[in-house]
Amino acid sequence: MLILHCPYCGVDADETDLHAGGEAHLKRFGPDSGDEEFENYLFMRENPKGVHFERWRHAYGCGKWFLAARCTATLEVFGTYSAQTTEPPQDIKDAISAKRPGWAWGDLS
Amino acid sequence: MSTRLANEGRLLNKGKALSFTFNGKNLRGYEGDTLASALLANDQMLMGRSFKYHRPRSVVASGAEEPNGLVNMGKGGRFEPNQRVTTTELFEGLIAASQNHWPSLEFDVGAINTHLSRFLPAGFYYKMFIHPRPLWKHVYEPFIRQSAGLGKAPKDRDADSYEHFHCHVDVLIVGGGIAGLAAAVAAGERGARVMLLEQTAHWGGRAVVDGAVIDGLPAEEWVEKTLQALEKMENVSLRSRCMGAGVYDHGYALAYERLTDHAPDTNSLRHRLWRIRAKQIVTATGAIERPLSFAGNDVPGVMLAAAVRDYVVNYGVSVGDRTVVVTNNDDAYRTAITLLEAGLAVPVIIDARTQAAGPLIDQARALGIRVETGKAIAKVKGGKRVTGVAICAQAGEGSVLEEVACDCVAMSGGWSPVVHLWSHCGGKLMWDADQVMFRPDPEKPPTGDKGQPFVSTAGIANGHLFTAEVVGDGWAAGRAAAKAAGHMKKGAQAPLGEDQEEGPISPVWLMPQGANYALRSKAWLDFQNDVKVSDVQLAAQEGFESVEHAKRYTTLGMATDQGKLSNINGLAVLAQSLNADIPNVGTTTFRPPYTPISLGAIGGAAANDLFQPVRKTPISDWSNDNGADNEPVGHWRRPYAYVRDGESVEDAVHREVRNTRENLGLLDASTLGKLIVKGPDAGKFLDMMYTNMMSTLPVGKCRYGLMCSENGFLMDDGVVARMSEDTWLCHTTTGGAEHIHAHMEDWLQCEWWDWQVYVANVTEQYAQIAVVGPNARKLLEKLGGMDVSAEVLPFMQWREGQIGGFDARVFRISFSGELSYEIAVPAGQGAAFWTTLMEAGEEFGIMPYGTETLHILRAEKGFIMIGDETDGTVIPQDLNLGWALSKKKEDYLGKRAHLRSHMADPHRWKLVGLETLDGSVLPDGAYAIADGTNENGQVNTQGRVTSTYYSANLERGIAMGLVRNGPDRMGEVIEFNKVDGTTVKAKIVDPVVYDKEGAKQNV
Amino acid sequence: MSDAVSALQGRVATGDVTIADAGLQGMITLRCDLSAKSLKAACKTMGLAIPERGQISRSGDKALCWMSPDELLMLVPYADVAGSLASVEQGMKGQHYLAENVSDARALIHIDGPFARDVIAKLAPVDLHPDSFKPGMVRRTHLGQIAAAFWMRDDGAFELICFRSVAAYAFDLLAASAKAGPVSDVRAS
Repeated sequence: MLILHCPYCGVDADETDLHAGGEAHLKRFGPDSGDEEFENYLFMRENPKGVHFERWRHAYGCGKWFLAARCTATLEVFGTYSAQTTEPPQDIKDAISAKRPGWAWGDLS
Repeated sequence: MSTRLANEGRLLNKGKALSFTFNGKNLRGYEGDTLASALLANDQMLMGRSFKYHRPRSVVASGAEEPNGLVNMGKGGRFEPNQRVTTTELFEGLIAASQNHWPSLEFDVGAINTHLSRFLPAGFYYKMFIHPRPLWKHVYEPFIRQSAGLGKAPKDRDADSYEHFHCHVDVLIVGGGIAGLAAAVAAGERGARVMLLEQTAHWGGRAVVDGAVIDGLPAEEWVEKTLQALEKMENVSLRSRCMGAGVYDHGYALAYERLTDHAPDTNSLRHRLWRIRAKQIVTATGAIERPLSFAGNDVPGVMLAAAVRDYVVNYGVSVGDRTVVVTNNDDAYRTAITLLEAGLAVPVIIDARTQAAGPLIDQARALGIRVETGKAIAKVKGGKRVTGVAICAQAGEGSVLEEVACDCVAMSGGWSPVVHLWSHCGGKLMWDADQVMFRPDPEKPPTGDKGQPFVSTAGIANGHLFTAEVVGDGWAAGRAAAKAAGHMKKGAQAPLGEDQEEGPISPVWLMPQGANYALRSKAWLDFQNDVKVSDVQLAAQEGFESVEHAKRYTTLGMATDQGKLSNINGLAVLAQSLNADIPNVGTTTFRPPYTPISLGAIGGAAANDLFQPVRKTPISDWSNDNGADNEPVGHWRRPYAYVRDGESVEDAVHREVRNTRENLGLLDASTLGKLIVKGPDAGKFLDMMYTNMMSTLPVGKCRYGLMCSENGFLMDDGVVARMSEDTWLCHTTTGGAEHIHAHMEDWLQCEWWDWQVYVANVTEQYAQIAVVGPNARKLLEKLGGMDVSAEVLPFMQWREGQIGGFDARVFRISFSGELSYEIAVPAGQGAAFWTTLMEAGEEFGIMPYGTETLHILRAEKGFIMIGDETDGTVIPQDLNLGWALSKKKEDYLGKRAHLRSHMADPHRWKLVGLETLDGSVLPDGAYAIADGTNENGQVNTQGRVTSTYYSANLERGIAMGLVRNGPDRMGEVIEFNKVDGTTVKAKIVDPVVYDKEGAKQNV
Repeated sequence: MSDAVSALQGRVATGDVTIADAGLQGMITLRCDLSAKSLKAACKTMGLAIPERGQISRSGDKALCWMSPDELLMLVPYADVAGSLASVEQGMKGQHYLAENVSDARALIHIDGPFARDVIAKLAPVDLHPDSFKPGMVRRTHLGQIAAAFWMRDDGAFELICFRSVAAYAFDLLAASAKAGPVSDVRAS
């Protein structure tokens, strides 16, 4: 059972206080998008063994969504950060690189 | 026979005798006894029957690892099966009964299986019951059900109460033996918040039984002194009768505390489940002795050598007068010495090793005990009780050299560290060939949230068998754990243990090593599930080479003890059969809990009235006092109907339906979600959330809105009211309040975070009451306050004001097709407002109505209900709601999805009304049958029923459903299947079957 | 107009730790930029300071609880809600904010007695050790199966809020937890 640090309220929240929201950094495709783009946006997800970026909501706490960089194999958490960003901030990427040199996820590395 | 000794029993209070019953027999024991020791003291060796062959069974161990001694305990609300006699502390009035036999423990018909065992090998069930297929249902399954399961299922409601407790510690130490105690002192002195758990009622573990010496003191004294020191440390908490049950991710651990099992009491909690977050965990969980595999090792009276010692030293019980000790290591000699010192006879120590030398062996010999090296037990004599052993050479195939009469066999195959908690969360093991054991690999510990190791292990659990190593290791582990948790204070010196020298163990996996089939098929590995050496060999031979496959094929280690005694021996046999090394075969997965924990403890306080939160509206109490027959809607309980004396629920529904159409009905609609959406970008935001246009809604007006997920599927609906220039009030369905709020927050926080919008869930701030029916306006006018006339408050508008002196928001909306007002008042005045309406409405024929009437009224009008007409795969177009999809908006959630080919398919099932030809009510969910069959030979379908009711207004069944090309097939008759195999014909009609013109609502 | 009633209508479960309905309590949900000067000024006129993250600031019979980075819960006497809302409205005029009366949407429960910490620790996954949870801190979490928030007063008593519909569940759960007694250290033999 995970503990994740909520970057908004500063609480180390128990997993039972959280709600998992799937993959982070999805780019929304709207009415003008092609079939393939839209399909990718709706359904195609990373399924890595290793570094992963996820959405979590501090549902029973401050109610805010935040993002977490986590290893799916060891459950190591590299960092949590604001949801108001389209890609992980540099300090998170650095933290991952320090622990998992050469990591890659989608277009990120 | 087994009996009570005069002078031993360090845990007994012989001043306090206790009486208890076993299979109805009145027996006596002492305070401090376990049920196992008390039964043995009464010469009740036979305690149960094994699962498959119904072999006679007695205890083989003295602790948590016991596979055989399982009983039904207690009665009524305290009845519980499979209680382990070795971990059950005796109390006055304990009631126990043996399990898994018929008609009696002494004479069991099922024991015939043991004579059929040649025909019941591993995998028998899989091979036997597969053919012929029809026999499964009528012969095999009933037979297997009859013989399945140990013990009886409880019939009564649990009489006890339970709780959870959350706690956060720096260092959690599991195991209150000398390693755990040393670790606790070390971690405590460093200033860490420490919790130390001991699963039994007694501290000190094996060391106090075996007479270890620490810091120059006998272990018992050292333990007492250490406990006193720990009790003085405010940062250390000690819990006995509390088992470390499991270790999970990120330092989470569960502990199972048995508060009153030793002294049942209705007024106290029985068990407490500790939900612990620990920065560091030290498992000082000790070790379990392994049995030896020889023919007849399951006969009552054959016991682990250390258990025999425990019964003498702790409980003053001798298992037999003449005990043969059989071993492959020095430790078992302690049992022989203990027995001799207690005045009992040890005719021979059979040591499988070719050489045995050292202080313990010398001591045994000096006491006059005969020691036979290089020897083995060929076979145990006796049925329900050991009568002797046949001795052979370990190196041979089992030719008997001599027979020795005895009534107890004490066996030791070496010690296996308890690595369960280390392994639960990913700690890896290494094979220690010298000590013949798996022990934790310190290089591969479980890791936590920062990738740091968070579990360490100490003492025997870490593979250290000697006192000096054990206390030193415990001390070091405690210090290191405290340091890892950030506590560095200096402490005293590590305790020093003293040891006798011991000779090396020699691996013995089968006795004798060349045992023939007859012997191997009587050499038990798993005593509870009756798995023998020959079964594992057969599994290997039949290709079940993975240890996990062999386990499932043979059921080795699948019993309630989860293979604590059998796993290592079993996998060693498997390794030998496969000609592989033991570490290459590996172990099966260790899963929590360590031993079974009660369901009550898992549930905690969530039982009976507190099983689930029941949500109440301000009007719920009134409803419950006035005949409400409730139905669950999420955690709410909503009145389905208000039943009067002498009425059936069905009668009540018909009365409510008619009365609301003819006079006046009152509905508690407080559960509907109410979300305030406010801000400069609120209109733009709602245009994205809803399929229709909300930004253009004028202040004071209401609009019915649909919400789709990004997948295009309908997820919620409700009336939106514009409160002011920058504020909207969105009504959601009852189930939608929380998740639509979350859905809005998700889009605001994660996609359009630069939009200036705030959302607040004010659902519970208001009691909302629907006043419905031809007399609705008359009632409000009578109460007075605001003008609710058709001119001032037309359909789909809202006003704020007062009704009968209550501050109210009045929404002129209708989900019934009647003249209808939904009135919101502050929740604290909801009940008073409801009663005011009820009293004032009497002259207008007012009656409260429930959710079933709500459903019938809306279905008569063809209004959809989220969750009935929708199921997560339905789009607005399917429900003929295309009019609510804005053509003007460039974008809204779901718009793109509706363009996908399957969504735009003209042949989707669409909403229609359904009218049975015979007037009957269609079964809910029934499928409309189409011609032909599909690839699986199933009848093709062309639609299904989504809502179906009896309409008291129309005096016939009404229904809606989704039918392929439905709206184009008006008047066509199709057939729906029924559960009884027959069908019913229904005509496709318009979904609106009542007041098509809407005359009743627009008045 | 009739007198408003609290969800628990004055229920009390007396014991070593007493669980009691705190009665009608004015509560206003306030969402806005918490660093806005106008907010600070508006609160100041009411005698209240903006709380630090995760804290509650009190002044007499009023308080402000930090609920999230853009949300405060204002506690005022029940009768003062309309006036307080007007003050907020006055102070925040022209800015993007949301202020809603949620007094009736919630229940406020007092937990008072020597092992009040234990009573809550049985139900919430929060570190309630005295070194960790101190007076003035606010924690939003779950209590059993429902959402709740609580804080500790200087006198060691707790105040807890939950939604009105589950007030009876919260009360019964707390009462059962209190009745079962403290979780004291037991060493046995």
